[in-house]
Amino acid sequence: MKIAVCVKQVPDTETKIRIAADSRSIDESGVAFIVSPYDEYAVEEALRIREKEGGEIVAYSVGDERTATALRTVLAMGVDRAVHLKDRAFEGSDALGLSRILAAALAPESFNLILFGKQAVGTDRGQVGPRVAELLDLPHVSVVTRVNLEEGRLTAEREIEGAREIVATPLPAVLTAQKGLNEPRYASLKGILAAKKKEIRVVTAADLSLDPAKVGIGGAATVWEKLELPPARTSGKILKDMAPAAAAAELVRLLREEAKVI
Amino acid sequence: MPKDVLVFVECREGQVKRPSLETLSEGRRVADAFGSHLCAFVAGQAGLRPAAEALTAQGPDTILLAEDPLLAHYNPEAYATVLADAVRSRQAGTVLLPATALGRDLGPRAAARLDAGLASDCTAVGVTDGELRVRRPVYSGKAIATVRFRGSPVFVTLRPNVFPLGTSGGKPPKIETFPVSLDPAKIRARVLRIEGTEGAEQDVSEASIVVSGGRAMKGPENFALIKALARALGGAMGASRAAVDAGWIDHQYQVGQTGKVVSPNLYIACGISGAIQHLAGMSTSKVIVAINKDADAPIFKLADYGIVGDLYEILPKLTEEVRKLKGQ
Repeated sequence: MKIAVCVKQVPDTETKIRIAADSRSIDESGVAFIVSPYDEYAVEEALRIREKEGGEIVAYSVGDERTATALRTVLAMGVDRAVHLKDRAFEGSDALGLSRILAAALAPESFNLILFGKQAVGTDRGQVGPRVAELLDLPHVSVVTRVNLEEGRLTAEREIEGAREIVATPLPAVLTAQKGLNEPRYASLKGILAAKKKEIRVVTAADLSLDPAKVGIGGAATVWEKLELPPARTSGKILKDMAPAAAAAELVRLLREEAKVI
Repeated sequence: MPKDVLVFVECREGQVKRPSLETLSEGRRVADAFGSHLCAFVAGQAGLRPAAEALTAQGPDTILLAEDPLLAHYNPEAYATVLADAVRSRQAGTVLLPATALGRDLGPRAAARLDAGLASDCTAVGVTDGELRVRRPVYSGKAIATVRFRGSPVFVTLRPNVFPLGTSGGKPPKIETFPVSLDPAKIRARVLRIEGTEGAEQDVSEASIVVSGGRAMKGPENFALIKALARALGGAMGASRAAVDAGWIDHQYQVGQTGKVVSPNLYIACGISGAIQHLAGMSTSKVIVAINKDADAPIFKLADYGIVGDLYEILPKLTEEVRKLKGQ
């Protein structure tokens, strides 16, 4: 079983967001970067499948110099080797550009399974997995909370509103991971040491014969024109020091007569 | 004439759910701003006409019905094929989908087929100088991006519970059949079955009222208090990450950065302090109510209404008051 896992480096989910001077991106000073949490579920699932089926796991990530630390993190979890898609031409790529880069890198490798997180925390687009599946002409199942692999046939559960879909797909296929799929392991000390010796291959636009005009900011079909903080909410009527029954009655009255929501 | 606005309408078991109606209604406003034609696209197995008639109030000019046994259940490959075909044949410039489980899955695949851009989970759509612009929460709602597009067509998915429904009494739409020719061999991922739909509760992401419990619930058994209030209000139950990670309640109920993002009319946070993780998932709710013992809890800073007190005393009283009000 040959498995690819595509990961993205994102600001830590606890980060307080500040807007940069250009008014269209976040101020990255003092921000800690992590592997996007949903990608960790994808990595963990890949490791579990390899434990059962044997094979190789390759991690891919598009990003600048700093992204190498995200790749080291997943190598320390147990991924075999990594491909760092690094090129000035890739900067500012939207989901369209990222999927073109990843599809070009993945296509020649004939993976049996390609895993993604359901979305990168931050940009919150949730597009790249299904887009790569389409570009590679592979079936996909997104937002999966359970994967079962038997004799080359995969069954996955995905969350839909108030229910679960049980989906079957032949391999090769693309999956995107949702929280609940598994509990990602922490890297062991041995894993961290081993990761230092594992290969991270740097791949550029030229290596992939990608037209630089089709990726990066120039190839983007969606452009952030402005980024702003949401309007601040102000504190409203807080009922204190009231008997529970009186407070409950007053709240219901306010919701009914003032807010008109019940 | 400017290019069509095409809206994908999700139809499950012959029913069109509210997020699709909201999307179609917003599609009407966008088409009016462009001075263009609004086309609703509905896919499923034969017999879609009654569902199509339910769309009239949202004001589509044309309704396209794609009926085929291979479209009976949602499946990304078949649906992306027919949607992309419809966009091409109508030469639509703007394609809107509801940001539901289906819309989030289908949108990117269909957009990729047409080499088009997509803006996900938008909360506002506007046309300025003949150009489409959308706003979408990013960093889980901690910032709002204004997005413009390059190229055509462009895809947009719209967050449920944000856009109002239309009340158009305009002329009845033209209903047309859209020819479908699908190759079964090209449909590889297939839904075997759907579980948990019978008597299922409302999903937290779809509900217009959400009542959530946090760390102060202390254990799974106390979620009965949350459920009782949610039920009395006709809403859904939610939970904070603390309660989910403690194993008291399933992840599908989690509201927040690594759970679901909700924007109901009324959000009641019970025993939730208001960690940034949680606020990210609910701060676009229209009215926020906090019930917490700790008067200094951060959740009170953004609550429209609040009660400082013991939720174990307050929730039963609140449920009782709501039942009284609703004559239950």
